[in-house]
Amino acid sequence: MAVTLEQTISKQESTWAQRLVRSQTFWVVVAIIVACAFLAWRSNAFLTPANLFNITRNFTFVAIIALGMTFVIITGGIDLSVGSVLCLASMTLAVTMHAGYSLEVGIVVGLLTGVAVGAFNGVLIAFMGFPPFVVTLGMLSIARSLAMVVSNNTVVFQFGPDHQRLLALGGGSTFGIANPVFYMLVLALATGFVLRWTRFGRHVFAIGGNEHAATLTGIPVRGIKVAVYIISGVSAAIAGIVQTGWLGSVTTNIGSGMELQVIAAAVIGGASLVGGAGTAIGALVGSALLEIIRNSLGLLGINAFWQGTFIGGAIIIAVAFERVQQLRSKD
Amino acid sequence: MPVLELKNISKHFGAIHAVNDVSLSLEPGEVVGLMGDNGAGKSTIVKMIAGNYPPTAGSIHIDGQPVSMAHPVDARRNGIEIVYQDLALCNNLTAGANVFLGREVRKGFGPFSILDYGRMYKRAGELFADLKSETRPRDLIRQMSGGQRQAVAIARTMLSNAKVVLMDEPTAAISVRQVAEVLNHIKHLRDQGVAIVLISHRMPDVFSIGDRVIVLRRGRKVADKRIKDSSPEEVTGLITGAIEQV
Repeated sequence: MAVTLEQTISKQESTWAQRLVRSQTFWVVVAIIVACAFLAWRSNAFLTPANLFNITRNFTFVAIIALGMTFVIITGGIDLSVGSVLCLASMTLAVTMHAGYSLEVGIVVGLLTGVAVGAFNGVLIAFMGFPPFVVTLGMLSIARSLAMVVSNNTVVFQFGPDHQRLLALGGGSTFGIANPVFYMLVLALATGFVLRWTRFGRHVFAIGGNEHAATLTGIPVRGIKVAVYIISGVSAAIAGIVQTGWLGSVTTNIGSGMELQVIAAAVIGGASLVGGAGTAIGALVGSALLEIIRNSLGLLGINAFWQGTFIGGAIIIAVAFERVQQLRSKD
Repeated sequence: MPVLELKNISKHFGAIHAVNDVSLSLEPGEVVGLMGDNGAGKSTIVKMIAGNYPPTAGSIHIDGQPVSMAHPVDARRNGIEIVYQDLALCNNLTAGANVFLGREVRKGFGPFSILDYGRMYKRAGELFADLKSETRPRDLIRQMSGGQRQAVAIARTMLSNAKVVLMDEPTAAISVRQVAEVLNHIKHLRDQGVAIVLISHRMPDVFSIGDRVIVLRRGRKVADKRIKDSSPEEVTGLITGAIEQV
């Protein structure tokens, strides 16, 4: 035998190039580049600074929540309440600042709203054994209703003494790039770091891979499940706070239907709804692809009614890609 | 001195006497086959040793000291490791990650510590080499054969320098070709001085690597013999009740 056992054990199965080609995220990036090249060729408006500014800003809100959602999806769960939580957190921020409190107090109240909703979801799911789909579907209804109660279903557009600071936070730009883009990048780096380099991140993947095994090896499964729903709630609250600053007003219908865009973004980016797979970069590129599809339909003069068809098609292609990978790895 | 000793242990679930007055002991480096039909009390005994539930009567001793275990973590702390029948592995993680699951090695300090991939993969590779298993620490469990998965589950028990390893049907779910591989892993584990309880339905496994065989029937111990003094025919008779007791 020419090859020793030690050599076999230390051999690398695949090169980084092979792994890259197998990754779904890579192909979504390719799709984005192709779409951008096509749009730049067909539309004079696409490569204008104003349009690029809009695209990069528009997808950040979905992307920020998709980062939080990625944690939940990796554990094999789902959070349908994020659109409503975005609305509720925006509203608690708005009402607090409208009452004369500072921006800082408003942000803390908004974030605590996200924590509270996430903790409620997480405890019911992890400790009471409720299915995530049902609990967060209930919360989708509850949170939006509470937003109406808090605001008496009015539009809030005056944010007290720190009004201008809030608008600058979400609506301003730095070096020609919209501020929300920076928040998104920081959160994406943090998410990527936690998933790859911390024990918590490793345990999140373990729960999604085999929850029973995770329990048997002594991983605090319930605590981690509560934590991922809190992360999801907080990410929705952050997106809500930033979006409020951009829009300059809060209505009780903001964020409605957003949960589906967020889940779509995460899935297109390679997160698996059966759990065990997902990345931060995937959440970003998935959100970016959705926004570019939306933007391109407008620029190419295609009827906006087609938007749902294209986005739905992208989701199904993404899942088909995952399926092909699974079949191939079974051989 | 025996590393693990059960003294007159019983477990009753209401009127059902799952285990009745069973005593047994294990020496370091000994492989004991625990055999019996379904419902004979094998898994109840294993669950008591694993800390899943406390005995109704009797005591468990480790290195001569009585221990009380209320939780599987207590068993692990006492040097008892279990290889579950379904192996309790995460398919989406690498072999190395599975070996260190729940016991990840980190570098740095306090809140700034990060996973130490280098050390974990290196150590996992050493454990696979000890088991003479061609398992690459960086490969995903999903891509592995039944024998390799078994090696990962066994390597996990070696990480903590366990004194006693309980193996629940380690050869039940794998192809015939891989059975020999797994039995070799068990031998290598034994050679490191670990006492092994092998719960198995397969007579050839117990007779090829076991030192002793214990047979349970209806919650009672009906035989505790050296392998070389017994035969598969006798054990079959003891399991079914054709032979009352020896």
